[in-house]
Amino acid sequence: MNTELLGVIATYLLTLVIAIPLGRYLAKVFAGEKVWTDFLKPLEAGIFKLSGINTKEEMNWKQAMKALLTINLVWLIYGFFVLIYQDKLPLNPDGNPGMSPDLSFNTIISFVVNCNLQHYSGESGVTYLTQHFVLMFLQFVSTATGIAASVIFFKAFRDRTTERLGNFWEFFVKSITRLLLPLSLLVGLILAFNGTPTSYEGKDQYISVQGDTVNVSRGPAAGFIAIKHLGTNGGGWFGANSTHPLENPNYLTGVVELVSQCIIPFALVITFGYFIRRRKLSWMIFGVMTIGMLLLLIPMLQSELGGNPALAKMGISQQTGAMEGKEVRFGPAISAYWSTMTTIISTGSVNNMHDSTMPMSGTWQLLGMMINSFFGGCGVGLLNYFVYLIIAVFISGLMVGRTPEFLGHKVEAREVKIAALIALLSPFLILAGTAVASYVFTTHGEAAWAVQPKSWLNNPGFHGFSEMLYEITSSNANNGSGFEGLADNNVFWNVSTGIVLMFGRFLPIIGPIAIAGLLGAKKYIPESAGTLKTDTLTFSLMTLAVIIVLNALSYFPALTLGPLAEYFTMLK
Amino acid sequence: MKTSSNKIFDPALVQTALKESFIKLDPRTMIKNPVMFTVEIGTLVMAYVTVYSVTHTGQGSALYNFFIFFILLLTVLFGNFAEAIAEARGKAQADSLRKTREETPAKVVGSDGTIIIRSSSLLKKGDVFLCETGDTIPADGEIISGIATIDESAITGESAPVIRESGGDKSSVTGGTKVLSDQIRVQVNTEPGESFLDKMIALVEGASRQKTPNEIALTILLASFTLVFIIVCITLKPFADYANTPITIAAMISLFVCLIPTTIGGLLSAIGIAGMDRALRANVITKSGKAVETAGDIDVLLLDKTGTITIGNRKATSFYPAAGITSAAFIQACVMSSLADETPEGKSILELAALQEHKIMAVPEGAVFIKFTAETRASGLDTPEGGRIRKGAFDSIRNMVLQAGNPFPADTAEQVKMISSNGGTPLVVSVNEKAMGVIELQDIIKPGISERFERLRKMGVKTVMVTGDNPLTAKFIAEKAGVDDFIAEAKPEDKMNYIKEEQALGKLVAMMGDGTNDAPALAQADVGVAMNSGTQAAKEAGNMVDLDNDPTKLIEIVEIGKQLLITRGTLTTFSIANDVAKYFAIVPALFIASIPALEKLNIMGLHSPESAIMSAVIFNAIIIPILIPLALKGVEYKPIGASALLRRNLLIYGAGGIIAPFVGIKLIDLIVGLFV
Repeated sequence: MNTELLGVIATYLLTLVIAIPLGRYLAKVFAGEKVWTDFLKPLEAGIFKLSGINTKEEMNWKQAMKALLTINLVWLIYGFFVLIYQDKLPLNPDGNPGMSPDLSFNTIISFVVNCNLQHYSGESGVTYLTQHFVLMFLQFVSTATGIAASVIFFKAFRDRTTERLGNFWEFFVKSITRLLLPLSLLVGLILAFNGTPTSYEGKDQYISVQGDTVNVSRGPAAGFIAIKHLGTNGGGWFGANSTHPLENPNYLTGVVELVSQCIIPFALVITFGYFIRRRKLSWMIFGVMTIGMLLLLIPMLQSELGGNPALAKMGISQQTGAMEGKEVRFGPAISAYWSTMTTIISTGSVNNMHDSTMPMSGTWQLLGMMINSFFGGCGVGLLNYFVYLIIAVFISGLMVGRTPEFLGHKVEAREVKIAALIALLSPFLILAGTAVASYVFTTHGEAAWAVQPKSWLNNPGFHGFSEMLYEITSSNANNGSGFEGLADNNVFWNVSTGIVLMFGRFLPIIGPIAIAGLLGAKKYIPESAGTLKTDTLTFSLMTLAVIIVLNALSYFPALTLGPLAEYFTMLK
Repeated sequence: MKTSSNKIFDPALVQTALKESFIKLDPRTMIKNPVMFTVEIGTLVMAYVTVYSVTHTGQGSALYNFFIFFILLLTVLFGNFAEAIAEARGKAQADSLRKTREETPAKVVGSDGTIIIRSSSLLKKGDVFLCETGDTIPADGEIISGIATIDESAITGESAPVIRESGGDKSSVTGGTKVLSDQIRVQVNTEPGESFLDKMIALVEGASRQKTPNEIALTILLASFTLVFIIVCITLKPFADYANTPITIAAMISLFVCLIPTTIGGLLSAIGIAGMDRALRANVITKSGKAVETAGDIDVLLLDKTGTITIGNRKATSFYPAAGITSAAFIQACVMSSLADETPEGKSILELAALQEHKIMAVPEGAVFIKFTAETRASGLDTPEGGRIRKGAFDSIRNMVLQAGNPFPADTAEQVKMISSNGGTPLVVSVNEKAMGVIELQDIIKPGISERFERLRKMGVKTVMVTGDNPLTAKFIAEKAGVDDFIAEAKPEDKMNYIKEEQALGKLVAMMGDGTNDAPALAQADVGVAMNSGTQAAKEAGNMVDLDNDPTKLIEIVEIGKQLLITRGTLTTFSIANDVAKYFAIVPALFIASIPALEKLNIMGLHSPESAIMSAVIFNAIIIPILIPLALKGVEYKPIGASALLRRNLLIYGAGGIIAPFVGIKLIDLIVGLFV
């Protein structure tokens, strides 16, 4: 078999080998069972004491959500102002300017919501201080927020009937001390030894063979890049993200970055099963997610390895596949794998330019983000999946002639209402956002804005439409990757995506946790022969069908006018 | 029911339903069904577009617009028709029951005892009327004095007469039934128009019909699907503008109507009504649609032993003479003791004796029949010759024998134990205070009952037998009949406690009862079925009344409830699955003019954009009437386990739902393509 494909398979297997034990370990950590990292307990106790947190105080779902929202608001306000005034603060050796309010608004939301949609460029838009104490800080805490939220969610199903879902702060702190910090340290070291800079000095210079003076940005990047992937954040230290030779120097670092962005989302699915003592259920969910991943990955590999049909028509041989926008040190296979993982897992880091991938690959990337629940972001992917699961439970419950129930709790009108609203939210944000952008572009192209709408798009036609659709979809999915080719640092895009980001983050966390909280508080019904089991192959296929059908129905027309139209026109 | 038609489309009913379909176009009625309401709005918009396109260009020809308008109107009407026909059928069923009680003269007993003849429709709650042999009972009520045999065949279809008497648990009479012998005084216990049947008719007719919890949840889900498609269709306008593709209003509305779940939306209320109607066809009056739905969820079923699991009474199965007594002599004593015994047990002893070729003689002249009393717990016969033949419970006969100074035979005592442990009832027979032997009485388990319990077990329903028997007997019968659990030596409060315990575990419990004693338990149970012959209190407490007084009816009710949910679930799946094909019909049609490359998406090879859109809309409309029979009859329930059932229904209604419209739309397009 082709070495490039072997690289993909090996990377995936390596992810599994790390993620499965990690999942088990996390279940123990959050259940308070004995683990080898317990030596960190005194540190955590110190943090709790300092912050006046009593971890014995268990919260119900509303209290947990209140805690989550409050702390996120604090970070939002803090970061917003620091980014605006970064030019006046220390650790700015390159003398970069402060952010405009709209860019700061977009940037801070984007980092608080674990998205990292970057409308600035790392080299010139931020300082070492903001990179570290705003952005990297948020990469840690936004990930921990997601993980803590998912543990609150798990708690609802651990006991038969309960309203007490644990202490949000405890889960939050433990996510950092027991998981994110140690792993980041390790990954950061690997990157540093492979050439990623870790210096506080400003730009370096060298004189090229041609005799030009070249300025090379650097900075303490290795740690940042570690948590960028581990926490499915995706925001690069440098503007070019992981295509940049200093951010992702070689194939090995590529593999390390790929593995690190996948392990926590993979592991949390396993954690769910161990934590609620229903391992089979979590393997079934894992299976559905894997099949979903393959359904996107395989055609993407095919279209990237197959090369560009337009070039093929000109009689040009493309033995290496479609290479436009790709790094030669990676090649199309691992790039297609990266594109799949980064879109389904909501990381949004890139090792190749999605704007240059084949039109059909664009369809798969978009779908990965629209679905946003094949593994998904740290903690939140499972919550997104849960919304589809509830809809599947409801419909299949009816189909077997029983009031639907999940893990012994009846799913009734209230839960269905919340699930339906959350399922509705993504199509609403994505389609309405893209519609507004299209409208402004078509009818107000000449508007007297700093960047005129008519000059937003690098590519007219279907591809231009895909660029706008991609930007909004990426924001809603809290993904953060860009189709680029879109002039996005202006008031319209900064504000519109900022709003989409916020709704796309918090409602899909609150909704599923509310459902879980409501279900958990309901009377537990023991299983009988008439109960529909949710850990079976049949039910898993039902969930997969619900995910595919709902997304296909919501986005088919939009995808038709974007990548599909581009693809079919290209074939002609 | 003999009187009602089982045909789905009875011409008379269709006529009523057709008329109703138009009346239901009233937006105030339509808004209760959000899915179909949006279709109605779409129809109105198309009416406007049709008129507009007569004088203007740009929105397609007036004829084409009119056609789309017409099909949309049909879609709404079909949905209304489904509901109307379900209502009409339910109403016809109820009417046929009500007819039995129309305008009968009632002999009302005045406060001074005089009798006035008054029409039954004028009877008020509290009135007392007299019924004698040959009279038709004018109204529902409770017997306050007397006993009578009554022909209830008009209601139950069962020809054997039943006995109803005051004071007991069988004191209720139903209007329309006929007194065959004796006379009774009956007190009317409902106001005119408020009987259970009247309430049921109101439910079916929709005036007081409330949505059930599952129906509400499903409506929410369907409404949210509708909202998604509103978003999809509205945003398509700016998308198309960007791509320089004008989309006509007709195309946009067609796409919208095809995408929203009109199939299930149109059939949803019909399914609910049909559920109640099916219950009524099983001769069960339900007080709410919710009760039928809950029945499908039942986890535990409480059944009385007598009459449900066993054939009413015990029967003699063997004679065991004591040592030293010949079989013939013992049987002779048994026959003598039972000659004047009118109880079913007594009769069964004579039957058994006859089977063993013992000649039954007439009651000897001058013999005195000794009645069973709670004190002696024995009955028998004193012959004119002075012989004292007694038959009774082991304890009482043994006491009598021992008191007379006679020994009680050890082998008989042994036999008594054996019989008890086998679930039988021993009856010891003595002649002149000398024990002769023991008769074994056994409960006869109804044929086929254990298969029914097996079916219930597969549905996940636990069956519990309630009996007054001692635990040993109860256990034996429970095992033999195949029930999962039993309550022995049950007192009324035991039932209540059992129900509460199960409910505390989160289970839903159903029970059937008839007596006033049962009323609290009936009220406590999630599904309480009162027998029509039961007391008024029992009937008030339960949420269903069984006109047949058939205790096994609960099993049918559970299945009806499951069918109701399954029909909703499968048709929802079918409806959503249909959208895939509709997309492939309409989306290429929308854009093909300006993006010819999208012809590749026209995988069905439809004739033209117009014919594609028309075919999709036509398919969307006609699928509703095609599915009406299924909605009314209900999707069959098979107790094959939840996962297997899901697999089966997903295959039929999910996969089938994806394939069917591809075929259907293509076929319609072949025809439409000839004209467009």
